[in-house]
Order: sequence, then structure tokens, then C-alpha cells
Amino acid sequence: MAIVETRKLTKVFKRGNVGAVNNVDLESREGEFLVLLGPSGSGKTTLLRMIAGLEEPTSGDILIGGRVVNDLTPRERGIAMVFQSYALYPHLTAFKNIVFPLKAQGIAKAERQKRADWAASLLGIKHLFQRKPRELSGGERQRVALARAIVREPSLFLLDEPLSNLDAKLRASAREELEQFQKRIGTTAIYVTHDQVEAMAMGDRVVVMSQGSVRQIGTPAVVYDEPADTFVATFLGSPPMNILPANGVIVGFRPEHFLPPGVAERLGEHVSYQFRVTHSEYLGAERILYGTMEGGAFNERKVISRIPATHGAEISDGNVYSFAVANRDLKFFDPKTEKRTAAARPPS
Amino acid sequence: MARPARVVRTIVLWLVRIFFGVILGFPFLWMLITTFKRSPDLYNLKNNPFIFNEPPTLDNLRLLFNETLFLRWIANTAFAGAVVVVITLVLAVPAAYALARLTGEWGTQLGIGVFLTYLVPPTLLFIPLSKIVAALGLQDSLWSIIVVYPSFTIPFSTWLLMGFFKSIPKDLEDAAMVDGLTRWGAFIKLMVPMSTSGILTVVIFAFTLVTQDFVYALTFISTAAHQTVGVGVATFLVRGDVFYWQSLMAGCLIAAVPIGILYNIFLDRFIEGFTVGAVK
Repeated sequence: MAIVETRKLTKVFKRGNVGAVNNVDLESREGEFLVLLGPSGSGKTTLLRMIAGLEEPTSGDILIGGRVVNDLTPRERGIAMVFQSYALYPHLTAFKNIVFPLKAQGIAKAERQKRADWAASLLGIKHLFQRKPRELSGGERQRVALARAIVREPSLFLLDEPLSNLDAKLRASAREELEQFQKRIGTTAIYVTHDQVEAMAMGDRVVVMSQGSVRQIGTPAVVYDEPADTFVATFLGSPPMNILPANGVIVGFRPEHFLPPGVAERLGEHVSYQFRVTHSEYLGAERILYGTMEGGAFNERKVISRIPATHGAEISDGNVYSFAVANRDLKFFDPKTEKRTAAARPPS
Repeated sequence: MARPARVVRTIVLWLVRIFFGVILGFPFLWMLITTFKRSPDLYNLKNNPFIFNEPPTLDNLRLLFNETLFLRWIANTAFAGAVVVVITLVLAVPAAYALARLTGEWGTQLGIGVFLTYLVPPTLLFIPLSKIVAALGLQDSLWSIIVVYPSFTIPFSTWLLMGFFKSIPKDLEDAAMVDGLTRWGAFIKLMVPMSTSGILTVVIFAFTLVTQDFVYALTFISTAAHQTVGVGVATFLVRGDVFYWQSLMAGCLIAAVPIGILYNIFLDRFIEGFTVGAVK
């Protein structure tokens, strides 16, 4: 049974305007880590807030554990949420923050203490119990917020960009920790982020959203390797997929599949293009080559290649090289709908 | 060397403190000295006014406590003040919350409207308010001012608290509601405790208005037993052209000191109340 399901869920903030969320159908699986990924303004947070009951849907249904919860208040939905700002209560100590939901439910004091101890030991924050939120670091606040979310043993976790307030180094370790943590407690989680690395690393499945609509749902490998449309293709991956329109079709291929002479020969069936390198970036482990196509159907189109630093030492700016893409790495999109179409013969 | 600079800084700081301390403390000192002075000492222009030229006396205090209803006036003021504070809080706190959170764009406009009513001079409201007091049959009763004062305290307090509630992130309320509270619960258990500074400011503001006001208390109430301290002291210790200066000063001092102490206890929170949202 799906833990959370949305059916044709729509939210329109201002009458007559385009919805912030449009006809979203979503179904999470038991124990799954589902990531909502999209640029800012794509409706992912609104969708999450509707699931939490903090925002009222304009139309459509939300089901939690098979029951329509549209008319239930947030407190009746049995969920826990971690906010981007952590939303710790500033006038309460970490301990009182953690037991706040238990107190609100009227759970006895001894039981509250027991559950707070359990949550704190899972996250290693017992020594912070008597501190106020302003005396905690970003990482500690995040853990207290997580502890507050798990003490009630909710059926569903909602996380709204909980890592975005941490510095880059802490974020990487917190990401791994959070992922391990979710696996250990086994509660279904819906996680909102605009960071594709987070989404790919953490998600069991990724829901790519844009302008209030779901563009694609799939495992990280599927959304990356088999994008459903040009938006997904360009939103995921850095640098993004090369998108080249020609002869009534859009051809796409990832920069790491656009390979220099010497490698291209090993690809099996492939197409070759003349690539003028205009400038390059050396990033240590890899090189990013920026340039344009020379001649053929894609003449003058901008393309990017990403190659391991160990390859193509001879490539220098301003010269033209014969680069190649394996046929299996070429994706085709319909120029009108920008949706993926069946493989075709690549224009050369 | 930073040392001389620091010494100069300390000296300047203390000079400023002493300067303002003397200026602000002087009226209280003056009241205190005058309270215990005999009349011949006070009225002799050749005497040094800052010292006791004749032995101090308690006669003036006796006059204040025995021959006027001073204690009754204090009690009246405290009672009226407390009721006005309660009425103000009961109406202004939920109103401010609703305007800050629930009414969307209209809230701000309405809030400004509410504040504008505070700018109407109280003297202009005098005639309509006296009609209301008459219609309610509250003339010459302490309840007349208890009905009138909230019309001044509520708009300002609502406006002040609106700013306070707006400065509290919405996430906190959302979190509280997800954590199992109703909106009302989140308001009472989260918003109110977090706005203590603002609420204290409102309490002090409403209370001092009651102790300070003169015009309404003077005109609506004529019986001595129903007066507040501000009006009572002034009307019963100034008889025609006879001023009972020493007892007047004693009355003012005794009424002012508790409020002064209260102010000082909550000074930090009071400042926070008025400057919320000023930075950040």
C-alpha cells in the first residue's frame, strides 16, 4: 500500500493564474526515500506543504495510508516535518523542543523522557539537551530538528531542504548521515531539494518537477540516463546534456559521452562530429571542453564535452577535433512537445 | 597605546551618565525633600531650597493619608489600570495575531487603519465618548474611564503587537501545527510566550495611560471616592489658591515610584518591545 498518494493535486494561489502545482499524481512506496527535485518556483515545496496539511489544495486528493486526508488538520495526519529553517522553538531548550510533539499529544512525562533519550542517542545529541537553539551550531540544530521529527514515530517524514543551511563540507556528511538514518528507522520520507547532487545521492526515486508539473519520476539512474523530456535532460547533470535541434528532431547527448579521438574508436557503433574547442576548464579529475560543431547538421551549435583528465592531453583551445558519440548514448526528443521519442538515425 | 583612549572613554561615559542621572533624578529628589519640609522653611525665599533649614516633619504625610482619600485613589487607579490592561490584552492580542497572519493583504491595510484611529486627538473623541458614558449610565463611576481608556490603548497595542507577531517566522507555527497543536494552541503556547516583550510593553503602556490621564478622569468622575490618583491629588490638595505643596509632592512621589521600579525591572524587554524588527 502506498504511504502517500496524490491524485490530480492542484494548487492555484491567485485565481486566474497558472497553478503553483498542477495535476500532480504521485505515489510513494513503503519505506522509500522519495526526492522532489526542481528549480525554485517549481512547486515542490507547495506540494510538500499540501501533503503536510499546511496548504489547502485547490483540487485533487491527498491520501495517507489509503485514507483521504484533505480535510484533516496537520496534527491529525500523523506526519513529521523538518523545515528548511529547522523551525526550532527559540524559547525552549533542545530537550523541550524534542518532546514538544509528545507533550502536545498528552504523552506521560516518563515516556516523553524515554523517547527523547532514544531519539537523542540515535543522533548523538544527548549532551545538547539543556541548550537553547541559539547556542547550537547549524549541524546541531539540524539534528535536534530531526530528533523532534522522529520522537513521535510518524508514518511519514517530510523534509524541506534540510541541508541547505549547512556549509558545503558539513552538507556532504549530513547527507550521508541522513540517508543512513532514514534507512535505519525505515520510515517513508519525502525530501524536497533543488540540489541535483543531493537528489541523485539520496533518493530511491526522484520526482523531477518544473512549473508545478511532474516531468518525470524514476530512480536516479533512470532520470539521468533516460530523461523523459529536454527539461529533465538539461536540469540534471552538470554541465547539462547537449541539446541540438536539426532536421525536425532534437538530439541530446551527455558531455561525458562526447568523446575525443582515440576513445571514440572503442565505442562500437557511433557518429562522429567535428568539434572546435573554444576554451576548456581543468577541474583536476576531469576537463570540461566548450566549443562549437563544425559543419554538418549541427553547424555552429554550442556543445560541451567532459573528459577524464587522463585523456586527450593533446587537445588545445582553438583547434578542431573529430569527437564521437556512441549511438546508444544519443537521445531523441520531439521538437514540438520536447518529449522523448524513439531512437532514430542521428543526423551527421 | 589603547589605555589612555580607554580612560577618556570611561570618563566621558560617566560624565554623560551623571549628567542625565542628575537631570532625570532631580524631580524625584525635589519631591522627596519637599515632602518633609515645614511650610515656613519652604516659603522663605532666603533659605537654601536643597537642605532642611528647619527640622523635617511628617505632618504633610499625615495630611495626605488622613485628610484625603489618597489610599483609596491609589486603589482605584490600580483597579482601573488592571481592568484596562486585561481588556486591552484580551482584545488586542488576538486582533493583532489575526491581522498579522490570517487576513493576507488586507491585514496590513487594516492594521494601518487601526493605527490611524490612534492618531485622532483624544479631545476630539471627548464629546462622543461622554455621550456613550451617559447612555451606559456610568457617570461618576470608575467604570466610565474603564470603558473609555481601551479605545485608546487597543489600537496602539494592536498595531504594536502586529509588528511583533510578524517578526516571528511562520515556520514556527507550521512546525507547531505539524507537531500536534491546533492553530489556537500554537497561538497560545508558542506565539504568546514568544511575544512576552511586546505583551509587557502593552501592559506598561496601558497601565501608565490610566495613571497619567487627567481630562477624562476629571470630567467623568466627580465624587472623591471614585477618583484616580492623578486627579484626586491635584483636585483635593489644591484648594482655591491654596497649594498643599508638600502633600502634593508626597502624593506624586508615592504614585510614581512603583511605576518607576516596574519600568526599570522590564527595561530591556520594554526596549525590545519598541524596537522589534528594527534590525534584521
